[in-house]
Amino acid sequence: MRRLKFAAVALGLCLPAAAHAACDFQNTVPVKSLTAAFEAWKAVTASMAECGNVRSELDQEFRTKQPAAFAANPALYDIGGVSNGTVVPLLNAGTIRPLDALIGKYGQQLQPNQLIKIDGATMAVAMDVNAQNFIYRSDILQELGIAVPTTWDDVLAAAEKIKASGRVAYPLGATMKPGFDLSLEFVNLFLGYGGSFTRPDNTPSIASDAGLKTLAMLKKLSAYMDPEYLVSESTFVQKQFQQGKIAMSNLWASRAAALDDPKESQVVGKIAMAAAPQAIRGGKSATTLWWDGIVIAKNIPDAQADAAFRVAMQGLGPQTVKAAPGAVVWLIKGYAPGKLAEGVIASANGGAPAYPSNAVMGLVSAVIGDGVADYLTGRKTAEKTLADIDAAYLVKAREQGLLK
Amino acid sequence: MFVAPSMVLMLLFIALPLGSVFVQSFHATQPVYEVVQEQACTPGFLATNCVTETRSRPRRDAAGVPVTTTAFIGLDAYRALLQPEAVARAFNVGGDGVAGLLSIDFYAALRFTLTFTLVTLPLVIGLGLLLALAIDSLAARYRGPLIFVSLLPFIITPVIGALSIRWLFVGDGVLTGVIRAITGSRLSMFAQGWTIELLMLTYRVWHATPFAFVVFYAGLQTVERDTLEAAIVDGASRLQRLRCVVIPHLVPLITFVALIHLMDSYRVFEEIIGFSSQAYRISLQYLTYSLLNPDQTGNRAITRASASSMLTMIGIVVLLVPVVVRTWRAQRGGR
Repeated sequence: MRRLKFAAVALGLCLPAAAHAACDFQNTVPVKSLTAAFEAWKAVTASMAECGNVRSELDQEFRTKQPAAFAANPALYDIGGVSNGTVVPLLNAGTIRPLDALIGKYGQQLQPNQLIKIDGATMAVAMDVNAQNFIYRSDILQELGIAVPTTWDDVLAAAEKIKASGRVAYPLGATMKPGFDLSLEFVNLFLGYGGSFTRPDNTPSIASDAGLKTLAMLKKLSAYMDPEYLVSESTFVQKQFQQGKIAMSNLWASRAAALDDPKESQVVGKIAMAAAPQAIRGGKSATTLWWDGIVIAKNIPDAQADAAFRVAMQGLGPQTVKAAPGAVVWLIKGYAPGKLAEGVIASANGGAPAYPSNAVMGLVSAVIGDGVADYLTGRKTAEKTLADIDAAYLVKAREQGLLK
Repeated sequence: MFVAPSMVLMLLFIALPLGSVFVQSFHATQPVYEVVQEQACTPGFLATNCVTETRSRPRRDAAGVPVTTTAFIGLDAYRALLQPEAVARAFNVGGDGVAGLLSIDFYAALRFTLTFTLVTLPLVIGLGLLLALAIDSLAARYRGPLIFVSLLPFIITPVIGALSIRWLFVGDGVLTGVIRAITGSRLSMFAQGWTIELLMLTYRVWHATPFAFVVFYAGLQTVERDTLEAAIVDGASRLQRLRCVVIPHLVPLITFVALIHLMDSYRVFEEIIGFSSQAYRISLQYLTYSLLNPDQTGNRAITRASASSMLTMIGIVVLLVPVVVRTWRAQRGGR
């Protein structure tokens, strides 16, 4: 009993000292952050917490809260975690501040490609890049003598061989759940086929040759998937991989670490990454690059913004990468890309474009996510599906004031 | 006098929001966009992607707040939902009739919602009545535990219940696994619409029956014993007693359960989320939700969402009218 008490006292004494060990400074201004809740954010907010006086909220529904919370005066949070898409409402509402002066003061360790610039002003600082890239069972492909597919037609051919071999329940997995997941699969292929979603005057052009090709490819691919593919999102595909049910998928790079985790995966060491396949041979890698990063609220006193930015820089520092080297493909200095980053890097070098981030794309993505399933379930023809998607976009764009 | 506080609260929390939704469904509030040339730089790996493009950006005032305009748009939002032209096209020469109609979100949602409501209603009432009669005829000491067990489905939170059923039946679920082990065939309940719909209907009946049961069971306790005994003396069979004494006694309760169930199931929503049926089946309430939900870049369709919830409300009223009129007549006749 006495020993227990002693241990408790010793722990109590140690804790406050340890709390600031990994932070370069002692933060005295209370700082609050609102971010998503995946692994990378856990690592970043843990590093920020070491500076003291930091309260972090990690919430996967952050995107519904953030615009209103940042529009309040004073803002309800100082630091926001954003990505390509979720930064748009904040940019549009003007509720985040330019960071150039703060970077001059505290951001020496940042690399040029971490800065998200709009017309020359830095509005956000990125910490990682993520993309759906080609993940495959290297053991199966090797055994069947299949070369790593570089185009989606190669993927179909490989899938046929794998199906014939019976090595897995389904050759392919994909994130096809209506909404964001399905829309991203479409967007990736559509851009790969050289399509463009809207004309410069914001009128839609999804009903196009590229659109038809994309739908046809999605349909062909779906034949090699679990017939319940329309309920499958990233975690579903991740589990299919982990349980050895599928052999190939164009899946988020940030999911790769879990596939190689002996605690939850049965296929450790049998997983490899490659560039996302091309839609057209010799064309661009048919995927889009995403980034995650931080923004600082505009409606807070400058001193508080100073403190918030310094804390955020600790979060985006080398100790975070050291703590969670495999969580994502970090952009932070000191990151040495491992095997799991190969696919993203190959896709980026293969010409994969950044995921377009603007209000129009938000509408496009939503109507695609709602509309494509109608073709896959056979409710509509390809032409009718695309025409309806265009029509749905028109309604939305008029409603939002993007079109007259 | 005594109803004043409740009237005030109803006004505050029901009538006012309803009025506001009604007004909103005729107005559109939009940011004012301006078209600008903008250069945006985003990270690649070790490189920076810079693109210059024309894009629409909301105009902001001197204080940095986006400028918005609100305009009266009449029935535009309703038209966008109901798409009368597309309906006319579907039923004209060369149109594809009902299939064309059901390819429009609103009608697909309406079709599912109505089927859901009207199919579950008789099942819930019938099964609830059977269960109540069965338990009522048991010896007293079995009743307590049985009532408790029968109430369990009703206690479960709807979303959680739906998720549990889904996990039983999804591709690698426990039940699918067992069925596969026994029959050797792969069951894919989530690969086509009608099986999901069947699951959703079954789930709702399972979930809502206990409510009907408990109401009917309470009603059975107040059936006049004298009348029943008189019927027995007169030589009425069990079925005749049920039809001529018990059921007429329960009619007000049946109406009550029907009213509640109609309102509840017309607002079907949890099943859509729980069973992830969006690709195959959506309901009116889900339609409103998806319009209200901000997309990736924060746009929401408030106007159409308002219109859609007004239409949902009109739907409920239309469904309830026959039942309410019946009750009213019965009340008046009783006096």
